Amino acid sequence: MHKEALVIYGCVLIAFMLPLLYRAVVGPTTIDRMIGVNIIGTKTTILLLVVGLIFERLDMFIDLALTYALLNFIASLAAARLLERMGISDDGSSGEKKVSEE
Amino acid sequence: MIYAAYGFMILGLLFFLGTVLGVHRFPDCYTRMHGAAKGDTLSSILFIVGIILAALHHDHGHYDVASFVRTAKLLFIIVFLFIASPAASHALVAAGFARGISHWQKREGDSPSPVEESQE
Repeated sequence: MHKEALVIYGCVLIAFMLPLLYRAVVGPTTIDRMIGVNIIGTKTTILLLVVGLIFERLDMFIDLALTYALLNFIASLAAARLLERMGISDDGSSGEKKVSEE
Repeated sequence: MIYAAYGFMILGLLFFLGTVLGVHRFPDCYTRMHGAAKGDTLSSILFIVGIILAALHHDHGHYDVASFVRTAKLLFIIVFLFIASPAASHALVAAGFARGISHWQKREGDSPSPVEESQE
């Protein structure tokens, strides 16, 4: 087992998360931010498994990764439902442009 | 087997690079989600397949119940991601559509950015 390769893969994963973090910070709309946060959460699951391989405690880190995947899915669904209801209740007061009815 | 595992992980990183480029470069949130959902799911699945192979290589040919349970849990993570990631993406885009976020339209001499377009 070459641990250096796994460390490099983990570092590349973290480096690829940085543009997604940029999208999550400066995204023009709320949905763009949620997209960035969702993908970062999914990749954190993978990163937990890589850390488990590096520390040779994969049987413990699998449960953490499984829990994190479930939490990420439920958080995305809850945020989507909340944004959907907020979009119906307030009209354009959230700073986003409505589709013009023509 | 360990080199097959590293190959799967590098392939996963390649697809993740495509996801990152799609999210960073596409003009509005619907096309961003198009790039995000597919590449995210496929890169996660390829990377977990690589982790399964690397962990099986780490057993050195002595497979027991623990390695079977570990592989079954990793396969369950794959199946769960294959169902949950498109569902979450669809829910987010449906929420954006319900909020009435305008989609990108190409015009002559327009810069591909929905923010500059919305300020006209």
